[in-house]
Amino acid sequence: MSAHVAARWTTQTRRFEKNAATREPAWVKAALMTVALLFFGLFLLLPLATVFAEALRKGWQVYFAALAEPDARSAMVLTLLVAAIAVPLNLIFGLAAAWAIAKFDFRGKQLLTTLIDLPFSVSPVIAGLIYVLIFGAQGWFGPWLIENDIKMIFAVPGLVLATVFVTFPFVARELIPLMQAQGREEEEAAIVLGASGWKTFWYVTLPNIKWGLIYGVVLCNARAMGEFGAVSVVSGHIRGRTNTLPLHVEILYNEYQFAAAFAVASLLALLALLTLVIKSFVEWQGRQSMHTSQNISEVIQ
Amino acid sequence: MSIRVQNIVKRFGAFVALDNVTLDFPSGELVGLLGPSGCGKTTLLRIIAGLEAPDSGQVFLDNHDASTADARERQVGFVFQHYALFRHMTVFDNVAFGLRVKPRRQRPGADEIRRRVQDLLSLVQLDCLADRYPAQLSGGQRQRIALARALAVEPRVLLLDEPFGALDAKVRKELRRWLRQLHNALHITSIFVTHDQEEALEVSDRVVLMNRGRVEQMGAPDQVYEHPATPFVYGFLGAVNLFHGRINGYQLQVGEENLPLAENGFQSGTEALGFVRPHELDIDTDLASRAGIEARVERVLALGAMARIELTGAMGEATCHYEVELPRERAAVLKLSAGQIVRLKPARIRLFASDSQSAEQAPYLPVEHMVGGYGENI
Repeated sequence: MSAHVAARWTTQTRRFEKNAATREPAWVKAALMTVALLFFGLFLLLPLATVFAEALRKGWQVYFAALAEPDARSAMVLTLLVAAIAVPLNLIFGLAAAWAIAKFDFRGKQLLTTLIDLPFSVSPVIAGLIYVLIFGAQGWFGPWLIENDIKMIFAVPGLVLATVFVTFPFVARELIPLMQAQGREEEEAAIVLGASGWKTFWYVTLPNIKWGLIYGVVLCNARAMGEFGAVSVVSGHIRGRTNTLPLHVEILYNEYQFAAAFAVASLLALLALLTLVIKSFVEWQGRQSMHTSQNISEVIQ
Repeated sequence: MSIRVQNIVKRFGAFVALDNVTLDFPSGELVGLLGPSGCGKTTLLRIIAGLEAPDSGQVFLDNHDASTADARERQVGFVFQHYALFRHMTVFDNVAFGLRVKPRRQRPGADEIRRRVQDLLSLVQLDCLADRYPAQLSGGQRQRIALARALAVEPRVLLLDEPFGALDAKVRKELRRWLRQLHNALHITSIFVTHDQEEALEVSDRVVLMNRGRVEQMGAPDQVYEHPATPFVYGFLGAVNLFHGRINGYQLQVGEENLPLAENGFQSGTEALGFVRPHELDIDTDLASRAGIEARVERVLALGAMARIELTGAMGEATCHYEVELPRERAAVLKLSAGQIVRLKPARIRLFASDSQSAEQAPYLPVEHMVGGYGENI
């Protein structure tokens, strides 16, 4: 079935290339390809390779020692903890925001859509600073928090807040266009058939956005674990307590422990590679289900 | 179950979708809501279903005020133009959905659900497709599944929103006949929305004609076709020729020419519009006769039993287009050819006063020739 689609698609591409009207001269092709490959190698592939090369320069023993060190371990745990809180929160917020924007009409919808993008347009350092100004010792709620012995800034809650802020758009951004394209009709059909709001969401809406949602969560998670700027401002860099992996890398590097810094960095690089693999798989799955359905209806008609 | 809507008003911003609509849909009938796009027919259907809230007015289902009832509580079956099947569920699961989402106490057992879904699938003659996904079905099959899904919850009324709008002409015709048979078997009060007059006249027990958020006429198909209440209805149901003129006793004066009229209630001197169906016009090749109106043959289309002749006439500054339908033998006798000047003689004219509402909205008016005027500064 999908072979049919693939065949048609490649025919179109091939026709585009073979056709004299749309074909570029050989030297143009060669020049463009060289530039693209050079850029790709120099700015993407080389840095990635360097991370692993530097990490292993002093051998596997140093590499594992750097990862096994207590501060590094606690940074890993903290990073996982922050992501484990921030990602589910943003899953819920993003889903709710996308649902509201895509399926309902209300006053201020445009404003909400713009606000969702705010974390993308604001520098992460500013985002961190905002929380310091609100919850820090000299901030608005500072005195009250100190009185009640609640630690926000230079503690885990602050890290979570900053991470939630920075990663907010990922899930919502992914879902809004998808849900808008799918329209409201299936939900309306479910409601007329007597399904409650929750059942409509669970049995009709959610299965339709499954792949988009997973995609958004994967990206959100990658950013949550890798975030530096905002987290750096609210963390206070207390070793073993408020250092996440990216912050730990910076500290090690500043202390000229290059091998250790790159060893920890290689963890983050591996995370990025893993994210890419999952992302490609999810994209492929989503496309697959779409293609099959399109293709089958084509065959029938 | 009967449906009654009373003084329904619905606005979308400045646009008035429904302007004080009151209608009665008798129990057990299949009623066609007919009108051009944007006339408010789909909005009315959605208001009855509870998918849209009216700005004012009430909806009565079985003489109970259902205006405040949630769409879930109204027990209506709704069929969407684009099917709205749940794309990730099989045909079986689609049809079973309405039964499975019932509160636990009202929910039938798994065997009972299976039996009822099978019954419905055989009712729509698609029992063999239970395991397919909607994407694996043709448009006509999808719409039948959508209908089975709507019927699964035993709705009190069935609402169909342009159910055949997305299908090609042949499938549409089949499904139309099938829907009529299904309604004869089930006798569930049904309303279906369409902009296709042929479809409405063929399928419905009763037709409601809507235009610009108002009801123009309601009646049996032959009644609205034979006795249109307004110029809009006349123009919307089938082709029509229009003669713009002034009443002069028993004549309608059109430009320099006169058309004989029967008894009419108009005063002499009244501006009036005369409507004549294509089959009510005859063609006279004898130019010596002063009866009828002069026109020029543009095209002769002899297809099937009837020949269709397109003509133009000159009236004032606007060129008028006419259409005449003659039995093929009659057309053969006349030996018409393009460019020939002939006279048109109406057998029957239906008159409306010129200022009567919606005359200028009718879709059949001759296109005014726009002349010049771009200014010199271009």
